[in-house]
Amino acid sequence: MATQILMPALSPTMTEGKLARWLKQVGDEVRAGEVIAEIETDKATMEVEAVDEGRLARILVAEGTEGVAVNTPIAVLGAEGEDFSPAPQAASRAGAVTPVAVAAPAHVAADLDWGPTRPTTVREALRDAMAAELRADDRVFLLGEEVAQYQGAYKVSQGLLDEFGPRRIIDTPITEQGFAGLAVGAAMNGLRPIVEFMTFNFSMQAIDQIINSAAKTLYMSGGQMGCPIVFRGPNGAASRVGAQHSQCYASWYAHCPGLKVVAPWSAADAKGLLRAAIRDPNPVIFLENEILYGQVSEVPTDPDFLLPIGRAKVERAGTDVTLVALSIMVGVALKAAEALAEQGISAEVINLRTLRPLDIGTVVASVKKTGRIVTVEEGWPFAGIGAEVNMQVIERCFDWLDAPPARVHGLDVPLPYAANLEKLALPQPDWVVAAVTKLF
Amino acid sequence: MSTSRVAEFDVVLTRYLDIDGAPLGPLPAFAADAADLVPLYRALIRTRTFDAKAVALQRTGRLGTFASSLGQEAVGVGAASAMAADDVLVPSFRDQAAQLWRGVTPVELLLYWGGDERGSDFAGPRGDFPISVPVASHVPHAAGVALALKLRNEARAVLCIIGDGATSKGDFYEALNIAGAWQLPLVVLVNNNQWAISVRREAQSAAQTLAQKAIAAGVPGEQVDGNDVITVHDTVANAIARARAGEGTSLIEALTYRLSDHTTADDARRYRGDAEVSLHWHGEPVARLRQYLVGQGAWSRDDEEHALADAADEMERATEAYLAMAPQPVSAMFDHLFATLPVSLRSERDEAMGGEAGHA
Repeated sequence: MATQILMPALSPTMTEGKLARWLKQVGDEVRAGEVIAEIETDKATMEVEAVDEGRLARILVAEGTEGVAVNTPIAVLGAEGEDFSPAPQAASRAGAVTPVAVAAPAHVAADLDWGPTRPTTVREALRDAMAAELRADDRVFLLGEEVAQYQGAYKVSQGLLDEFGPRRIIDTPITEQGFAGLAVGAAMNGLRPIVEFMTFNFSMQAIDQIINSAAKTLYMSGGQMGCPIVFRGPNGAASRVGAQHSQCYASWYAHCPGLKVVAPWSAADAKGLLRAAIRDPNPVIFLENEILYGQVSEVPTDPDFLLPIGRAKVERAGTDVTLVALSIMVGVALKAAEALAEQGISAEVINLRTLRPLDIGTVVASVKKTGRIVTVEEGWPFAGIGAEVNMQVIERCFDWLDAPPARVHGLDVPLPYAANLEKLALPQPDWVVAAVTKLF
Repeated sequence: MSTSRVAEFDVVLTRYLDIDGAPLGPLPAFAADAADLVPLYRALIRTRTFDAKAVALQRTGRLGTFASSLGQEAVGVGAASAMAADDVLVPSFRDQAAQLWRGVTPVELLLYWGGDERGSDFAGPRGDFPISVPVASHVPHAAGVALALKLRNEARAVLCIIGDGATSKGDFYEALNIAGAWQLPLVVLVNNNQWAISVRREAQSAAQTLAQKAIAAGVPGEQVDGNDVITVHDTVANAIARARAGEGTSLIEALTYRLSDHTTADDARRYRGDAEVSLHWHGEPVARLRQYLVGQGAWSRDDEEHALADAADEMERATEAYLAMAPQPVSAMFDHLFATLPVSLRSERDEAMGGEAGHA
């Protein structure tokens, strides 16, 4: 799958800049985190890092180009087997950018109409959400490893240090238990911390603070001391980072009373739900996905745009089977739905958005219509999100089911590091198609 | 090869009264007039009386598991009396001395130890933290409160009390390290009562002192005689003053001895001899301060009898109020789980409450 590389912003206020230099050529192999280009504004120079890995398939904006608008596609990263020959009409000016098709699903059951939208990366949406809440509420601050000077290990906090300064955008030592615990204490004392875990894998070091302290103190103190806090960061498999750095924590955290657990998929999800999470008076686990960071979709420009926690979204309407997915698996389910449509099966796709509290009502309403359900998750099957959703469906609308509930999930093994095996361990659209086909 | 000494450290131990209550030299200014120490002495008695009452209630099935502070009362009284009202106490589970001084009531403490969460919703020091039963996981919280105070530019300090056992834990080290790096207004007070349940201090760490654990974090660490309330008060007051002045974090190791079992669920005779315990009764904090006050003419046998009777009365009244408290309603099981109960939990709550109605 081709991934666009977009012109990044040095700060939330930057609108355009100069593409100073390409450090990679078409055909070069690029690893995640590798510097591929340099951009300049009148204030600063910044390196552009690849988020995904692959080969540089096309350069869309030539080096030396001035006035490149933020979010303009500047290059295309291709997966193996794609055409790496230089594009014949590689643009020499920003205005001549070749648009690259990005899967933008039709949102059949739409959210509230928030008016005009603009294409935004998930990364940018998350940053915009934090920036908006930092502006609106003095109590909000961000802390974590590399969030300030380095602008985030995955550049999610890009520009925030510039705008909000080191008192509110705070680099911590490598001490997950320490900084998560500090943030919990600060929240209990009246601030509203956003804790960035470089990845949720590292939250295991801090899980005692999250569950025993953040999730339980309001309850155990008879209501005296609450903990308004957001723990956020990329969750689940990225690409080739090995078993210890590729784990999905959705069902771990969704298991625990006292927590809210949110898993956005689109850029609009990311922005609207993160703003809601920061405003929420309870501890919220916000599970992002590294692979989604660079993906572009439409986000309302309304400055008040917000999405409610606890509400799922029907991303595609259908009549024959309900596909229930979360995070990056929403995209997998949508691709499967397209393939199923070719076979004459109409799939309804539900993006859960929130795992706790679970919007089972939306799922049940859909299953009552379609009579079939397949859940799609990246995590392990045992006591997973699919197990929970399917059980609740059985409890609430057993008589409407025309086939046994089914689930698609990551294989029940630590994620292999080997590229060929990693691919085989994570759900693909054809797994979903196969699971659905069995129900008919 | 060339070697050079690049850093040097030492750890001092401070004590003003010897184990028989005799001054070892001039006392700090706050203790110059012995009459000014009487409130501290009354607080020591009050704590000891509370502990005895709580143990008795547990033994008769009217209280849950309880951790007595017998022999360690001066740690909490000395420290809490050095705090200002707007400082924040982040206590462990053996800090009733500090909590009582700060204004948590005996009824609230009995409620807490009786298993009623309303006991942590104390009316007095609202900014103080509820008791942390998990060991050392409240040290990061304390550092976090200190961070909040610093971010808001408030000249206040945080006092976190932990036991010797807690200094073996990662969360203690992580919090102390980051508090040192960020110069947070935090005082970590280690109540070293020599025992982590059944594990002796020497078996917990090869470190010669627990105070020296501060040195690796770049913060001052010192020892005090934890059975001398004057020393504890003075040392904590100095550390709090530094914290309030923006001079950062301190660690104080208060040397004391746990004369009681670890909790009412423990029988310490299984792992330590009576002779060792008897030895440590000499120098315990209540007798020590009493001897000093009597020697100074600031306390009499009559005062003692009245103080003991007053404390006993207070704890008797607290017990009656605690035992008369109506049990929590079934709905309380769902209260405070979230700021507002999510819709998905309402049916579970209503079902549980239906059960209550059925039994009524």
